[in-house]
Amino acid sequence: MVTIAVDRVRRVAGEVTDPEIPVLTIDDLGILRDVRIDGSDHVDVDISPTYSGCPALETIQADVAQRVRDAGYENVTVNVVLSPPWTTDWMSDAGRRKLREYGIAPPRSRGADMRLLQLAVECPVCGAAHTNEVAHFASTPCQALRRCGSCSEPFQHFKEH
Amino acid sequence: MTAVAVDPAAVYTLRHADDCLVLSHRLAQWSSRAPSLEEDVALTNIALDLLGQARALYTRTSELDRTGRSEDDHVFQRDERDFVNCLLVEQENGDFAVTVARQLLFSTYQLETWRALGGSTDRQVAAIAAKAVKEVTYHLDHATQWTLRLGDGTAESHERMRAALERLWPYTAELFETDAVTDDVVARGVAGDPQRLRAAWDSSVDQVLREATLERPSTSWTPTGGRRGLHTECFGYMLAEMQHLHRAHPGARW
Ligand SMILES: [Zn+2]
Repeated sequence: MVTIAVDRVRRVAGEVTDPEIPVLTIDDLGILRDVRIDGSDHVDVDISPTYSGCPALETIQADVAQRVRDAGYENVTVNVVLSPPWTTDWMSDAGRRKLREYGIAPPRSRGADMRLLQLAVECPVCGAAHTNEVAHFASTPCQALRRCGSCSEPFQHFKEH
Repeated sequence: MTAVAVDPAAVYTLRHADDCLVLSHRLAQWSSRAPSLEEDVALTNIALDLLGQARALYTRTSELDRTGRSEDDHVFQRDERDFVNCLLVEQENGDFAVTVARQLLFSTYQLETWRALGGSTDRQVAAIAAKAVKEVTYHLDHATQWTLRLGDGTAESHERMRAALERLWPYTAELFETDAVTDDVVARGVAGDPQRLRAAWDSSVDQVLREATLERPSTSWTPTGGRRGLHTECFGYMLAEMQHLHRAHPGARW
């Protein structure tokens, strides 16, 4: 029973979206770390920030708490867990696909040896592999600005982190 | 400050929190004024990372010193003599070359510091540092790219970069100072020995300067005092600007 309840809370909490990239849920991002329910129905949810200064974190905390309360649990604590530090390797395949469809090049995957499995950052508009970094940072710290060498469109790239 | 002996680890985390906060504020002063839109975005993103690191460290400081001070108390309710940041981070932005030089010198120091703190016996500090390493690696890369471009650029950019390094170099000696606080935290395995960081810092900075066709300035003047609350003149002005709103309207909220 407890695992069914935990799974349900986890699903509900995981549906909270990132206010800065609203196509991604926190489950897609991989920042939802753990859900626990104790004997007196107190819920603990652990989440991790993408970057130390992520301004979306407080909104996400509040949204998670609200959703868990809406699911019938009055007592909920949303903890921020720093260790081990979040990495883009925890982003789900669904999250990567949604990012691409949204027009943001997803972070490239890394193998067990931390080397990138795919070298090119592909243009999310035309799919060309020939793209260049224009600026290290973009509208958020987690993204860089790039331009496509084929269709010339500028686009954002969710940096490997 | 109370007369009760404070845990040296709390003083140590406060020093690094103040470093992050003060540099974050200086970088934020470039907002809407940077040489290009991309650079505006880059500098303010770095400022945001540093602010996040500062917040985590202020929270840890209050746990260690048991004062219960909030992040806002630390930032807005302390006076100049209570801040224990190094002098390097408070130096004015100057022209863009000064900002780049400050970032190169400080990010190199910060990266080595966070790497060492990743193995801290204080698990919360270790977690904050492990998170920050990734961010600062990016800051340093950014500063390095600009140092190469300006140093190995035009005669004008080279001269400005040279002058910037000469202006800021004296403040780097303070980064590696030891005192009773660092002796204590090093002995307890909370932090790495600042003097050990020196060798890594030297070789890293020297390599960038060499590639950028810049020379390491030589100076015998090594101002110090930041870690004891003794700051350079420009810091008071920065603090007044940063704290004015909060103090003029106590308890104000968005
Ligand atoms: Zn394209």
